[in-house]
Amino acid sequence: MLTDITLGQYFPGTSFLHKLDPRIKIVATMIFIVAIFFAHSLASYAIVTAFVALNFAISRLPAKFIVKSLKPLWVIIIFTMGVHIFTTPGDVLWQYGIFHITKEGLYQGALMTARLVFLIVFSSLLTYTTSPIVLTDGIEHLLNPFKRIGVPAHELAMMMTIALRFIPTLLEETDRIMKAQTARGANFTSGSLLQRGKNMIPLLVPLFVSAFRRADDLATAMEARCYRGGEGRTRMNELSYTYRDGIAMAAVLIVTAVLAAMRWL
Amino acid sequence: MSIKLSNVTYTYGIGTPFEKTALYDTDVEIHEGEFVGIIGHTGSGKSTLVQILNGLIKPTSGTVTVDGTDIGKKTKEAMAVRHKVGMVFQYPEYQLFEETIAKDIAFGPRNFGLSEEEITERVKEAMDFVGLDYKTYADRSPFRLSGGQMRRVAIAGVIAIHPSYLILDEPSAGLDPIGRREIFSEIQRWHQEKGITVILVSHNMDDISRLASRLLVLSHGHIVLDGEPLNIFATQQQALHDAGVSVPPVTGALQYLQGRGFAVDDRVRTVEEGAQAIFDCLKGGKGHAH
Repeated sequence: MLTDITLGQYFPGTSFLHKLDPRIKIVATMIFIVAIFFAHSLASYAIVTAFVALNFAISRLPAKFIVKSLKPLWVIIIFTMGVHIFTTPGDVLWQYGIFHITKEGLYQGALMTARLVFLIVFSSLLTYTTSPIVLTDGIEHLLNPFKRIGVPAHELAMMMTIALRFIPTLLEETDRIMKAQTARGANFTSGSLLQRGKNMIPLLVPLFVSAFRRADDLATAMEARCYRGGEGRTRMNELSYTYRDGIAMAAVLIVTAVLAAMRWL
Repeated sequence: MSIKLSNVTYTYGIGTPFEKTALYDTDVEIHEGEFVGIIGHTGSGKSTLVQILNGLIKPTSGTVTVDGTDIGKKTKEAMAVRHKVGMVFQYPEYQLFEETIAKDIAFGPRNFGLSEEEITERVKEAMDFVGLDYKTYADRSPFRLSGGQMRRVAIAGVIAIHPSYLILDEPSAGLDPIGRREIFSEIQRWHQEKGITVILVSHNMDDISRLASRLLVLSHGHIVLDGEPLNIFATQQQALHDAGVSVPPVTGALQYLQGRGFAVDDRVRTVEEGAQAIFDCLKGGKGHAH
């Protein structure tokens, strides 16, 4: 019933991208996302395309993952394309009432859509190749410097880790309760909206009860292990930079520099 | 009248990196009136098998028929068959949700469209069956009961549907010895009085040997042994061992004695029978081989 929900999209693998340090991956992704906005000419778009394609090839993800990453946002993509195609002034190619398509519109629409697609595909690469736990670890490290101004980096990361850890558990629980109530003749898929809302009660009540129970148990377990926040805590897997991270960062910086140069020089 | 599986295969997470086949090409028929025990190591496919039996999950390939109706593919038939095949999940107390015990037990019968009088009748009967006094408990909140009592309410909720087949997935997990004995004797009584088919998934060999008339042993998604429990325990130690399970402790003790040269009968269902077997052996004086 709920088995087709994949969490955090992580696709396990051993590629160069999978092995990168999460901190580098997060920072490099952010830099390249900014760099995508530098691109305006066709030549610079070609470079962006090549770089995104290269990264995807390196990740060794199945090609259908490109489509999969775009799926949730296709409405926005179509809308963006439409707005640009129909509203850009210029040489009119086709007209019907107040609607007109211009040459410039098609050109703009194509570039904007491409930009959006690259943004989505490239940032999905980050979540495809990094497990949620490692990602959280990376975020905690990157937030560490902001601790001085009161950002509770460790607590935020811990909360994220716990949330991530329990999403599959709660999904499993939901599935189990759904099955158990279905076995007692409950129906979660038909009826009017109101009826369906009412039908959710046999699912939601036990789910909340169990979520609170789990939270309580977890708090007790953490306390029993003397957990008292991030101060002075060491980790089981220390993050460390390798030559790979240097190469990756250098590649992203070079591409960014080239794109910036093409824009402003 | 039976539940019949032919060539049933079930694979989880098809098309993802986590794809795993839990059940391979399984053929099995469960006849009316049987008390079937299902054992197997963790991850051997027991839970998958029982969920297929009542149509909660659809087999990836193969057919499932309950009393002649194919429930393998069509959801509508599967829905209709659910009041025939009752299912008690592991830790069923976590599915309780109503304000009162009576309302919770009434959930199943109400979903299957019974009249109010029938529902009340069923609730009373089910509560009586699991040993909860109707007058005392009907209007209490199920969340204020002890674990064992909550489980009884949950089991009563399934029994109130009056299924002809009752599937129980580890009904005694996490209960104390008294609680588990009570629950099993209730199930056994229901089986005997109503003549319903019981399918019991358990890790506990003692319970299986005491109760089941037929035993299915699962290993890595295959049914490796199928037969009378005492026969299997007496003759298939190696196959049981390979499947990651073992004979009941009492059978093990008797077989150890056999190994040491005592001609004891190891086909016993309970510790009492085991003691009797040893007693008979000693009295017969035909013990020592040397």
